[in-house]
Amino acid sequence: MSGPTLRIDVHHITRVEGHGNIHVDIDNGEIRKIEWQVPESPRFFEAMVIGRHYTEVAPIVSRICGICSISHTFSSLRATEEALGVTISEECEELRRILLWAEILQSHALHIGYLAAPDFFKVSSVLPLVASHRDTVLLIIKLHRLANETADIIGGRTTHPIRTMVGGWTMVPKRKELEALKARFEEAVEDTKKLAAVVASCAPVLPDFTRETEYICLTEPGTYAHYLGMIKSSDVAGSIPLVDYRRVTNEYVVAQSTAKWAKFNRESYMVGALARFNNNHESLTPTARSLALQLGLEPNHDNPYFNTLAQVVECAHALETSATLAGRLIDRGLHGENAPVTIREGRGIGAVEAPRGILFHEYGYDDRGICRSANCIIPTNQNHANIQHDMEKLVPQFKDLGREGLRFALEMLVRAYDPCISCSAH
Amino acid sequence: MKPKVGFFDFTCCEGCQLQIADLEEEIIGLAAIVDIVEFREVLTGSAPFYDIALIEGSITRIADEERLRDIRRRSKILVEFGACAHLGGVNKLKNLRDATTVRREVYGDAWNMPHLDTYPTRAVHEVVKVDAAIPGCPINRQEFLTIVKMLAMGLPPKLPDYPVCVECKKRDNVCLFDIGQVCLGPVTRAGCDAICPANKAACEGCRGLVPDPNKNSMKEVLAKNGLSLDEVFRMFTMYAIDPEVLP
Repeated sequence: MSGPTLRIDVHHITRVEGHGNIHVDIDNGEIRKIEWQVPESPRFFEAMVIGRHYTEVAPIVSRICGICSISHTFSSLRATEEALGVTISEECEELRRILLWAEILQSHALHIGYLAAPDFFKVSSVLPLVASHRDTVLLIIKLHRLANETADIIGGRTTHPIRTMVGGWTMVPKRKELEALKARFEEAVEDTKKLAAVVASCAPVLPDFTRETEYICLTEPGTYAHYLGMIKSSDVAGSIPLVDYRRVTNEYVVAQSTAKWAKFNRESYMVGALARFNNNHESLTPTARSLALQLGLEPNHDNPYFNTLAQVVECAHALETSATLAGRLIDRGLHGENAPVTIREGRGIGAVEAPRGILFHEYGYDDRGICRSANCIIPTNQNHANIQHDMEKLVPQFKDLGREGLRFALEMLVRAYDPCISCSAH
Repeated sequence: MKPKVGFFDFTCCEGCQLQIADLEEEIIGLAAIVDIVEFREVLTGSAPFYDIALIEGSITRIADEERLRDIRRRSKILVEFGACAHLGGVNKLKNLRDATTVRREVYGDAWNMPHLDTYPTRAVHEVVKVDAAIPGCPINRQEFLTIVKMLAMGLPPKLPDYPVCVECKKRDNVCLFDIGQVCLGPVTRAGCDAICPANKAACEGCRGLVPDPNKNSMKEVLAKNGLSLDEVFRMFTMYAIDPEVLP
């Protein structure tokens, strides 16, 4: 017999959203167990909204996630608007797009700076970095603050937006507020370049690991899709209409997870920044593209650890796109007109790109506007099986690193997916 | 010595913990007065004992109840923070429906697998003794800082004992009842600076009832606006406010 004997038992991995465990058991080089477990308590949101009025559904499902409440709100509003036959104005949609980009920036800055960076510098949290890498921490705080203040100004609150509603907004920002935001977006693009330089210098820490994977995200001709679009899989030519989302997601229950798993053409697939980059990189803004080059991020690269690099690229894209959108809104002037809503029986599907990937909501309403059916498929649900399969390839390859080395690689892998675990056990 | 502080989360969206990250530079100030020894979402590490344990989320399983009791045993002061911990929050919406139906709707034929176990949602103080509460969905970051600082100094924290309407008047907001909306501001505890009405959206009662809510004035406001009890009842259930307050 030869090979290592080791046991890894990470109970509630730190620096991720929610509760996840990693179990590995190797006996004399023979792998007995590799498991990514999700013990998060199930919350039953899809059953909570049954019987509620259509106006209450988005505020309730926003509470599925503290980090991506804006994405849940917009997936929900789009599904409800489709069910009720509501068409929102161009202004309303453009404001939604800015707010959704702000959430991606907020979430990515949080992940890159507070959750992933401590691994790059081999410390336990961001707190020691305040002393050792002060400028980088302040850079992260600046981007994070801008994203949050955008959410305050457009959505009314940082987490769980207040101004969003079926058909439009309870209030729209003032012209001056949008002008100030636009100037800050433009200035912050430079900050993402500095951030990319720091991350590029840390990139050698990322393990050299690849596994061919199916990538799924939204697609919209000519744009780096995030608010609208059809479904794109890297395994399928052309795009798939939203109405077929269940054919793509195929959710199922496994004993090791309270969050459901998903699969499409293979045993698992990946969603999130790397999936969007791989499928839609041609529509990135010029700065975002140049940062990808600087970070060594090439399209169709199969290293899941590079998801964090794709997030850096998306920060630049979010800011440049938001500046353009804000400019357009300022030029046209803000009118704050909402679409009329007439209650009718109907069914609708909404999908947006949340920070961690494609997010689906579907509702059925009766003729009084009461919700009668609901289905939410969360990005991290769609990633859980892929994390498991990555681990199954990674452990044999890295088992000679020893217990600490292997544990570190596995924890970093989970963090690279930036999982939103309580969200996935909604 | 700085008080040792631990953060813990149960059934919730972790949005209230995120408000702490959202303090930005003020986190550094917070770390100067307290020693954050456990906070799974942002740092690696744990501790055997806490001067202050901050609990986010509701309790929905036996296993979580045991974990909470263990934290209680190892803590001097235990604080429930956020509506899920403080009231049960939106998690209590599931208590309004048949438990098996709820489980079947979400998990289908697998609903009865042991790891998918759940029981009716409870607030933290419905399971263990709680020394202080920080309300809100999400919490107000400045109120959080004030309360933690007071606890660190050994002072009892105080929440406003007047309704959201008072803060609304101070901000000169248009009363939502005057523009045809229903709002729970008249009976909800202030401290949020009337953030929802200030953004022209109804107060949903996420901070819970004000002490001694004025049932008669709520009754009058509702009657004046010709509202049905059914409509208003549904609003109270979003954050599991005791419907006894209804006229």
